[in-house]
Amino acid sequence: MLQAGEWAYSETLKEHFMNPKNILQGENTDDFDGVGMEGNLQCGDQMMVVIKVDKEKETITDCQWKTYGCASAIASTSVLSEMVKGRTLDDAFHISPKEVALELGGLPDHKIHCSVLGDKALRAAINNYYTRNGQEDKVKQEQAKVICQCMNITDHDIEDAVLEGARTYFELQEHTKCGTVCGQCKDETEVLLEKYKHIHFGA
Amino acid sequence: MKVYFDHNATTPLHPEVKKEMIAAMEMFGNPSSMHAYGREARANVEDARRKVADFIGAQENEIIFVGSGSEANNTVLSLFVCSSSQCIPGTRRSTIITTKIEHPCVLETSECLAHQGARVKYLNVDRYGKIDLDQLVGMLGDDVGLVSVMMANNEIGTLQDIEAITRMVHECGAFMHTDAVQAVGKVPVDVRKLGVDFLTISAHKIYGPKGVGALFVKHGTPYCPLIRGGHQERGRRAGTENTLGILGMGKAAEMRMIEMPEEEERLLLLKRVLQKGIEESIDDIAINGHPTDALASTLNVSFTGVEGEAILLYLDLEGIAVSTGSACASGSLDPSHVLLATGVDAELAHGSIRFSMGRESSMQEVEYLLNVLPPIIQRIRNMSTAYIKGGLHAASR
Repeated sequence: MLQAGEWAYSETLKEHFMNPKNILQGENTDDFDGVGMEGNLQCGDQMMVVIKVDKEKETITDCQWKTYGCASAIASTSVLSEMVKGRTLDDAFHISPKEVALELGGLPDHKIHCSVLGDKALRAAINNYYTRNGQEDKVKQEQAKVICQCMNITDHDIEDAVLEGARTYFELQEHTKCGTVCGQCKDETEVLLEKYKHIHFGA
Repeated sequence: MKVYFDHNATTPLHPEVKKEMIAAMEMFGNPSSMHAYGREARANVEDARRKVADFIGAQENEIIFVGSGSEANNTVLSLFVCSSSQCIPGTRRSTIITTKIEHPCVLETSECLAHQGARVKYLNVDRYGKIDLDQLVGMLGDDVGLVSVMMANNEIGTLQDIEAITRMVHECGAFMHTDAVQAVGKVPVDVRKLGVDFLTISAHKIYGPKGVGALFVKHGTPYCPLIRGGHQERGRRAGTENTLGILGMGKAAEMRMIEMPEEEERLLLLKRVLQKGIEESIDDIAINGHPTDALASTLNVSFTGVEGEAILLYLDLEGIAVSTGSACASGSLDPSHVLLATGVDAELAHGSIRFSMGRESSMQEVEYLLNVLPPIIQRIRNMSTAYIKGGLHAASR
């Protein structure tokens, strides 16, 4: 007979969950050069990332965080905070959820959405650093706008789904899973759905 | 220390049940066979049927053994959309009334039946999880074929007044079903007193084996099998009987009948101590479910600013097994539909933990939990955004 199996998570993830690295202690973020926050509590995930920056080299010297979320959300922010140290701002800005998942030794499919907020919060913190230091020109807007925070679905994803045949909100949800968690994005999504149907199909 | 506080999910086999099942392992005959092997199996199946019937105050021929509580619930609901004249109302009474806090096997079957032409109406519940009886009165009419209301809720433990509901349902000429999977074995259940037409039981919630359940169908109630093609269970459920499972279920019912009466008070004390201990040692919590009309074994608590799966897994590392209504732990992405139906805010639903105790739960276990839990909550809150400036929760405080 088999004994109790391992968790649904990798050993690396479990280690980061049991011993999270670089948690921001207390509330004070004054010592940090950039602060970013993404997600919301209703959705079940919210992350804050704070960074210290070597202004000469434009590299990240310290990264701390707070996360409201499940084990994979906690572990993915923890591992991200380790990954970014020493990286240049530009390099760190381009860390993708895939890289974070890879570093964690993989994530179960239904947990991918839990890990997408960390890198977003990091980008927000980097942009916040640029803004604070009079480098607004360097602030990089996300090229695509995230509509569904819970599932990280952008306007581009919605457009793609329409091009692939989604015509109703229900079909769009089947394609993208947008709005399947907290549902707060429904109105905005429906407006975009009509817009892309009109642009591409004259509907 | 190992603590199992997840009895609403499933229960360990009662030692007596285990003993009987092991002793019966050699029994392999098909109860349908006329020879000695078959007769041995038949005798044990019928003995178990008698024990289950006795336990809920039914007659033996009113008990159908099935594969699970879910199967029993599917069977009952499916009776009401069949257009065959053999089946209950055909299309004449095609409305089904159920509640927003049922088990998914009722809710998803209802949704499927709606696609097949049934009208399904869902009763609201109040903040304690009690259904709205006035709303039920408003919904009842000539078109209603079946009302299905669970007796005890699996997540929050709230009990419904099935007796009163059944009276109302019968007055309008509809049939009454109750999913009593969580109630049977925890509170007294007497089908005659309740008056119901259908009642669902599951063996593994009462210290019996998995993969076997029973459906009570009141004598004279029209019926049609969900699984066809055999004369087993008097033509009501095809498929060779799960003899060992059924035998185990019979023994489990027998043991519950003996042990249940003296258990409730003890469990209620454990629950009080657990609740008081949590309230005194942890800030910003909310108790979910009804304060009095609820299972003595079930306590559901929401912890502000903490996600349930994280609590569950940190407790698992300490040897304590519980469950959560958070989306993340369920594999779905929505938090508990039961808590949302009671009006609990989504954030608090994500942070809910269900402690469900059982026949072997002890005060020592409760005390161990009360030692371990507060530092875990403290630890998670320390890393949570919910308590910082700019966190949505902090902003509203």
